[in-house]
Formats: sequence, structure tokens, C-alpha cells
Amino acid sequence: MDFLRPDSWADALAAKAEHPDAVPIAGGTDVMVELNFDRRRPAALLDLTRVDDLSQWYQQDGLVRLGAGVTFARLISELGDQLPGLAMASRTVGSPQIRNRGTVGGNLGTASPAGDAHPALLAAGAEVEVESVRGSRRMPVSDFYVGVKRNALEPDELIRAVWIAPATGPQQYSKIGTRNAMVIAVCAFGLALHPSRKTVGTGIGSAAPTPRVAAQAGTFAANALEEAGLWESRGELPPSLAQEFAEQVQAAASPIDDIRGSAAYRLLSLSVMARRCLVWAWTDYRKAA
Amino acid sequence: MTTVIARPESHTKVIGGRVGDSPQRPDGNLKVRGEFAYSSDLWMEGMLWGVTLRSPHPYARIRSIDIGPALATPGVSAVLTHEDVPGEKLYGMDIADQPVLAIDVVRYQGEPVALVAANHPEVARQAAKKIRVDYEVYEPVTDPIEALGHPGWNPGQHSTAPVVQVVELNAERARLHPNGNLVRHLKIRKGDPAPVADVVVVGEYEVGMQDQAFLGPESGLAFPAEDGGVELHVATQWLHSDQQQMCLALGLPPEKVRLTLAGVGGAFGGREDLSMHVHACLLTLHTGKPVKMVYHREESFFGHVHRHPATMRYEHGATGDGVLVYVKAAIYLDGGAYTSSTPAVVANAGTLGIGPYVVPNVQVDCFGSYTNNPPCGAMRGFGAVQVAFAYEAQMDRLAAELGMDPVELRCRNAMTEGAQAPTGQVIDSAAPVEELLRRVQSMPMPAEHPAAGDTDLRALPGGVSNVTHGESVVRGVGYAVTYKNIGFSEGFDDYSTARVRLEVVNGEPTVTVHTAAAEVGQGLVTVEQQIARTELAVDRVVVHGKDTRVGSGGSTSASRQTYVTGGAVKAACEKVRDVLLGMARRQLGHTIAGLRLDDGKVVSDGEGVVAAIADVLGDRVIEETLQWRHRPTEPIDPETGQGFAHVQYAFSAHRAVVDVDVELGLVKVVALDCAQDVGKAINPEAVVGQIQGGSAQGLGLAIMEEVIVTGGMIRNPSFTDYLLPTMLDMPPMKIAVLEYADPHAPYGLRGVGEPPTISSGPAVAAAIRQAVGKPLSRVPIRPEHITGT
Ligand SMILES: Cc1cc2nc3c(=O)[nH]c(=O)nc-3n(C[C@H](O)[C@H](O)[C@H](O)COP(=O)(O)OP(=O)(O)OC[C@H]3O[C@@H](n4cnc5c(N)ncnc54)[C@H](O)[C@@H]3O)c2cc1C
Repeated sequence: MDFLRPDSWADALAAKAEHPDAVPIAGGTDVMVELNFDRRRPAALLDLTRVDDLSQWYQQDGLVRLGAGVTFARLISELGDQLPGLAMASRTVGSPQIRNRGTVGGNLGTASPAGDAHPALLAAGAEVEVESVRGSRRMPVSDFYVGVKRNALEPDELIRAVWIAPATGPQQYSKIGTRNAMVIAVCAFGLALHPSRKTVGTGIGSAAPTPRVAAQAGTFAANALEEAGLWESRGELPPSLAQEFAEQVQAAASPIDDIRGSAAYRLLSLSVMARRCLVWAWTDYRKAA
Repeated sequence: MTTVIARPESHTKVIGGRVGDSPQRPDGNLKVRGEFAYSSDLWMEGMLWGVTLRSPHPYARIRSIDIGPALATPGVSAVLTHEDVPGEKLYGMDIADQPVLAIDVVRYQGEPVALVAANHPEVARQAAKKIRVDYEVYEPVTDPIEALGHPGWNPGQHSTAPVVQVVELNAERARLHPNGNLVRHLKIRKGDPAPVADVVVVGEYEVGMQDQAFLGPESGLAFPAEDGGVELHVATQWLHSDQQQMCLALGLPPEKVRLTLAGVGGAFGGREDLSMHVHACLLTLHTGKPVKMVYHREESFFGHVHRHPATMRYEHGATGDGVLVYVKAAIYLDGGAYTSSTPAVVANAGTLGIGPYVVPNVQVDCFGSYTNNPPCGAMRGFGAVQVAFAYEAQMDRLAAELGMDPVELRCRNAMTEGAQAPTGQVIDSAAPVEELLRRVQSMPMPAEHPAAGDTDLRALPGGVSNVTHGESVVRGVGYAVTYKNIGFSEGFDDYSTARVRLEVVNGEPTVTVHTAAAEVGQGLVTVEQQIARTELAVDRVVVHGKDTRVGSGGSTSASRQTYVTGGAVKAACEKVRDVLLGMARRQLGHTIAGLRLDDGKVVSDGEGVVAAIADVLGDRVIEETLQWRHRPTEPIDPETGQGFAHVQYAFSAHRAVVDVDVELGLVKVVALDCAQDVGKAINPEAVVGQIQGGSAQGLGLAIMEEVIVTGGMIRNPSFTDYLLPTMLDMPPMKIAVLEYADPHAPYGLRGVGEPPTISSGPAVAAAIRQAVGKPLSRVPIRPEHITGT
């Protein structure tokens, strides 16, 4: 197995173009497991840890540009105020060791329906920047997930960064696991209130072949809040609104039965999380007045 | 001879402490720093790597095996099948029915079929994939009740007693072994066969398959000896049982098969059966080179036996004021493909099947069956774990039916010293069942969970996964009490051998203790030192590496080593002391009354210090080797289950406090407090460690640990989906250690390791039931059970 170690972004892209079957490796917390279990035998590994640019984040054009190689640990300690939903999701990832190694880019690369970054990225309306020697493109993160553990990358492309608007309202992330730490999501839900746009962002994890947005539920909630003038009044959230939202989130999911949980339980817990997240976020929104 | 690198130095390191002290364990720091040498760290110049090809099918006939392409792979030194087993082709601890390598039929997924040795583990693994095995795949037998031809339960028919009807299966193919699918049927018949009671409760219960989940996978290193024999360094629980089985398979006499204990990364029963032992030796004898084998994590789930899943039906009858009149139980344990220790597990589940209660009329039928599921055998608690979930749930059900407090009901029926077990055996030492319950009951309760809002998420169900801020969280409290037999039962000749040597080294009296009793992390090496130091009043005590150069130490299981090997070390020390005092008397030339040892000296009450031990010894060496036995037990009557079957009983009780998010079915165990009678705490800190670890393992079975098997196939063979409790799942514990001496045991001690694993899970289950208000008759309790999804 070849081990390619570019130390600049340009070299990384060149290497990927030359070896399209090379598997990129960032934190290695997915790749090494796959190799260990002999599920994958790539001809080459493309180590991205020397590419400085990937591990940087900064603000540009009013957005946070999050390098693909930023670890969950750093997200928690450095970005909790700007990207609260993603930071909350990051806190649920694995153990301290995994959070120290694992990256957002790696989570996207794996594109598992259970990846914890996804519901938060979806709710926040993030964009993914991918690049190859042929050029760079940016897409809504919802377009990035194309199937079970499949993403929109072309063979010569790498993920460079994620672009996310800093939170203008409360965000929540909730994840069901059958253990109180270090657990893969049975299902998960991300929520972001965007008062400036008067929209409600959502993201569902582990309850469909890909992470997905509960679009109707978000639109319903945003409209209902608008109609009742609640964005401005910051009045109490009607329980019926939260309930209807929860049911619409549930309707957006298409889970399966597997060893981690039944489809019925996923649907039930998703609706409970959706309702609670909306209530918590709204309570925070009211407090922020 | 070449030396083996990476040997556990912990055995030889001298630590302080006498009986009753808690000296720091010699392996503690090494393990915390990651420097302890485990069996998987063994290394030798020029060694080969062995791997195992396993059956992908739970039940199939092997039509042919083609090893050609594998053998032709560059780097491969050997590819072996059953044809290369020189001795007996079947092995087993008591009943030899498991092929060393599959012969014609494979009976479980993961059964070893062929072996490869190569110069690199990767080369060996890839070569193993080239072995072509042609299987004729059969429909597996997966239901342990159906496997016996017994009718399953009839849910809803809760009023009739368990009916046990033995019907032969028609399909010959479904007979997995020549004598059918019944491993053992244990019957207890005590008192009135048709008792009547004012209040009757019936319940059906299920316990899933738990795994020992030790962190150090099966591993070891074999190398050829110059005398044509073989040396094996291996992580195991019983060197001499391994040796005996290996000799038969290898066709070698015991003096040519020598074992040394390598660093053991946990055992919990999963290392009682052989794993890679014979395989590595076959490869080494075949190639003339050292061979190392290390199972990977996934393979480890196929490489050892698991805890028997159980299906149980119980009927309890009591008077209106809560005195038990009778218990009837039918217990089915799925033994999987081979016998392993199923007969003894059946005996435990049967004889301990109604819990530590006085019941005049008892009928228990406990069955172990063969199926094509993974083989099940020893795991901490050994049969007592499964039944405790059932009988303790029954006690709660009965209390509810009677409108009584569950602790009160238990105390009203609690065993006491002098009580009769269902086997008719009289409990002839302390049985503080009521006191243990009252102790945990009176421990301070944890603080109420705070109102929604500003809570530390880690204190709530789901932890930082942020599922509740207090919404729908309901608290429940549950109790459980249990008892467990210590040591091997039913007339087994259960002994241990100790060699103790006293000599002067560099002017200092030095004791060397040599036993073959396996240190698996429980702290036996420390205890052996403490005992020798106590008995011989010598500071410098060295524990010799564990190997077969001394007689058998018996199994490190059944909570027996401190009792039995501790007893052997104590007895050998006493013999050494007698010889030493005899020497002292002869040197003094006259008799002094009450001569004893104290702090490196020979002393008497009358004359004070008489001589230094070092001076008495001079350059002489005293060495004594002896076998030590606990008092004998007897087999039980096959028709009535009556008999003096067990050596000793140990008792423990737990109180669990849980917070359940009843809407989501997620559980946070807030408190899990324990009281246990240990007779005498030889090493109090180690005792507490056993109670904590055992309790965590019981908690794991109650709420998350399960090897999920469908159609004979394991669906979660990794720590990704076989979940073990983390520190956010296991609360800090309050522990009361009672010391009621057992007059029959050395120092009055009782085995410690197993009871806490038995009573903790049922207490957690009871607490969840109380919070949720549902019967929840299966463990592990999953969110689906709580939420009805
Ligand atoms: C014990 C354990 C616990 C875990 N728990 C969780 C959990 O709770 N939640 C969760 O979501 N995940 C969990 N994971 C999975 C894993 O940690 C995450 O998916 C993590 O985000 C992967 O990041 P990484 O940097 O380690 O990725 P790597 O393993 O390095 O790579 C993952 C994938 O992304 C690709 N890739 C990486 N970087 C790029 C790039 N810049 N461009 C293109 N492709 C790229 C790789 O080729 C590979 O396919 C766990 C893993 C382990 C081992």
C-alpha cells in the first residue's frame, strides 16, 4: 500500500488526480477501523494531516469557513458560540480520543447516515466546498449526501471546507443512543432557529438512507411562528405547534429496523427529540430577548 | 533456548502488606501506563503468525477442503486441517465433543476449520482466504426449547404450572450430537409435589446472551522444545486443564507440554475453554518454529464461549401474609453447539434457582440444550445470574400482588444460618440475607433529580447526547439479593497446589510462592504474597511465575482462588513454619512454649525474641509442596436434586436507583449500592474492586450487553454494537463489606468475585420496572421494551 503525504493543498489535489483510487485519511477514526476489519484494502492512502490549510477555520464573507481537518475537540472548544449546534453534536461524538482525532471532513467523507455532524450541518444550512485540479465547487450539504455512505465527491475531488453562517438564534442537537456516552446514534435530530431569516432549520440522522432535512416540518414551524407573530413577540410556544412540528419531522423519516433499534422506536424518539429541541430552542430564544 | 520477550514482571515484584491490608498491586501502575505485557505482546525471534479459518455457517457439512492455493502462497509455512491433529480429534473440559478442527460437520458460525502459519499475520490472513471449503449448508437449530422437542410456552396461560414434556425430534438431522440435543436435565424435587397457596404469581423471563468482553483477545506464543515437546505461553484461567486437553490432542505426555501463564487481559470465564492453545502448538510442532496467535476483536467474539441465554418460567405461591409456600420453575439454557461447561451451569441455575429464600416445596426443571448457536459456557456468575433475574422479578411481582414492600417480603422469607437450601443442604455458616437487604435499604438515597433546566446533562438519561433536560424523567428504586456457590461443586476434587520456599537471599529471609493458579487481573498474586507474609512473618515475598512446573492450582473461576489457592499457600506456609520452628528448637537445645514467628524473628511470649529467622536458616532452604482441598461435596441425586452439593455460599444485595426517561426509554442508573458478606476481606481494596467491577457487569446485562444472534449468526461481533457500560453509565457505589467468618474456610473468607455480578442486574431491572410500571421480563431492557416500540 502506498502512503502519499502531500504537504500542501495543491500537492494533495495533484496526488488525488494522479491516484484517484487513493483513500484520503484525516483523523483516521473511520479509515483505520475499515482497514483493521479488512473491509477495505486501498492501493494507496492519501494523508491529509500535513495540509495546514485544512485544519484552519476563519470568518470570511460573514460565514465561518471550517477547514475539513478541524477536529471535533476544537469545534467544541473554539466554535461553541458561533456554531452551537455543530459543537453540541461534536460533544456527542465517541470519546475524548476520537474527538481529538476525528474531523468534520472525515464525517462528511464517510457520509454515514449516523454521522453526528450531519444533522447539525443540515439544520444550519451549511455548504460543502470540494475541489480538484479541475476546479472547485460549493454545494448545499443536503446535496452532498447521495446514498448510504455515499457522497457527491468525484474520484479526483477532496473536501476542502464547510461554510456555515454563525448562529443568529438558538440551536439544538439531540441524539439517541443505548448508552450514555460513546455510542453511535440510533437516531438524531438537529435544529436551528434563524430569526434573521425567520426560518427553522432541521436535520435528521440515522432515520433514512442519508442524513436529511425535514423540509416540510421546518417550513410549517417557520410559518406558524410567523403567523402568530411569535418571532417578534417572543411569546410562548403553543404546545400544539411543537406537537405538529414533531409529527412532521417524524413523517420526513424513513427508518429501518436494525440491531441498533427498531424503525418504530426511531420514529417515536425522533418526534420526541424534535418536540423537545423546538421547545428548548424557543425557550432560549425568549430568554435572549 | 531463545527467550520470550514480554513476560509479566508483575509476578516477581515484591509488594508490602499482610492479610487484611490493601497493598498496591504489582501490576496496577503498569496497566494504567500501558506497559503491562499481555499475552498479545509476546514476541520471539523468527516467529511465525498463525491464523484460523472459521466456518461462515452455523450448521453445514464439509464436503471437501482444498488447501492447495493457500499452501502455495509465498511466506506460508503450513496449512493444517483436522487430518493434521495427531492425537484425539475432539476436546473439551469434561466432555470431549468439540473438534480441534472441524472434521465433517460444523455446528456453529466461527467454528475453526483450518490453520495457517506464515511469516506475517497479513500473509497468513490472506492465505487463509484462499482455502476452499465446500459446504453443504443445513438449516440451523436455533431454539433451545424446540431443540429438545419441548413445546414452547403458551403466553397468556399464566395459571398452569410449567409443563415439561419430552418429545423426541423427528428430524434426525436436527440431532446435533449422537445422544440428542439434551446436555443435562437437573431436577429439584422437595416437599409437596402439588402444593397450594393463597396467592400465586407466574412469570416468564428471558436473559440475552452476554459476553465476557475481556479487553485482551485470545492470544499466546508456542515454541518447540529441544526434547520434542512444546512450550506455550498463553492467557488462560487454568493451566493444567489446558495442558491435559492439549496433551490428548497433541498426542504428547504432560512432561512434553509445558505452559506458562502470559499476561491476562481479563477472563470472566471466557478463558476456561481452549481457544488457540492446540492450534498454535500444532503449527509450531509442524513448522519447528515459534508461532504466535492473536485473535482480533471480531474473531474474539467467535473465539470463546458466552453466557447462556435463558428462557424461564416461574410460579411462586405464598400465604396471604407473604410466606413462600412453593416455587416451581422451568429453566432453559441454550448451550449452543458444544458441551463446554453447560452441565455445571445447569447445576448452578437449578440448585440456586429460587434464590436465598426458605421455601418448603420446590420443583425445578433446568435444561441445557445443544443448538447451532454460539457455544455457551462459563461466565462470572455461572448460571446463577440468569435465574436471579427471574426469581427476583417474581419476588417483586409477589410483593405487588400482596401489597407488600418488596424488601419486607424478601426479609420475611430470607435464608438464615441453619436454613435448608432446595437441595436439602443445610447452610452451615452465616447467611445474612436480611441484614444485607436492610443495609442497602438504609444507605442514604441519592439526591432527587433536579427540576428541568440547569442540570448537568451527564447526570441525566442520555448524558451529553442531550435528549432530556428533565422532561419525562421518572425515578425508580429496586432491590435484589442473591447467593452463589463458591468453588467447584457436586463432588468435584477441587484442589490447589502450592510450593513455598524459605531461604536467605542477600542476608534477608525470602519466601518464594509458586502456584499454577492463574492471575487474570483479580489480584491473586497480591493475595498470595499477603498470605505468605502473614504466615511466615517475612517481608520479602516473591511470587514465582505461573506455570505447569508446579501442580495444578485449579481454575481461576467460581470465585475460588483466594479460598483454595489461598488455602494451599497458607497450608504450605504453615508446614514451612513448622519445619523452621523445629530447626529453631533444635538450635536452642530446649523446648520453649508458644514459639511463633513475628517480624522476621522467632519469638515466644515468655522469652521475647529468641532468634532471627535468617540466623535459624543459615544457608538451608526449606521447601514444601502440598495439595490443599476444601471440604468434600457430593453429587446430587439425579431424581430429586438433593445432596450436599456446594462448598460454600456467598451472599450479596444491591439497591439500584434509576432515572428513566419514560418517553424515550433511556436509562441513567443513578445509584447502585451493594452490601456483601465476604467472610474476611483478605485485601479490602481488591474486594471493593471486585464488587464495583462485578456490579458494572451485572448492570451491563440489565440494560445493554447482548450478543445478538439471529439464525445462528452473531450480528454484533464488535465493540461498536456490543455495548459495555462506560463511566457515565455506571454510578459511583456505596459499598458495605460484611465479615462474618465461615468456620470452614481459610481465615473465614468467602469468595467475592461473582455475587455482585448476580444481584446488581436484577436490582437495576427492578428499579426500571418501578419507574416505568411495565413487567419488562427480558434483559437487556431496551428502549423499545420501555416505550413499546
Ligand atoms: C470508537 C469510535 C467512536 C466513534 N463515534 C462516533 C460518533 O459518536 N459519532 C460519529 O459521527 N462518528 C463516530 N465515529 C466515526 C468517526 O470518528 C467520524 O466519522 C469522524 O468524523 C471521522 O473523521 P476522521 O478525520 O477520523 O476521518 P478518516 O477516518 O480519516 O476519514 C473518513 C472518511 O472520510 C474521507 N476523508 C477524510 N478527509 C477527507 C477530505 N478532506 N476529502 C475527502 N475525503 C476525506 C476518508 O477517505 C474516509 O473515507 C467513531 C469512530 C470510532 C472509532
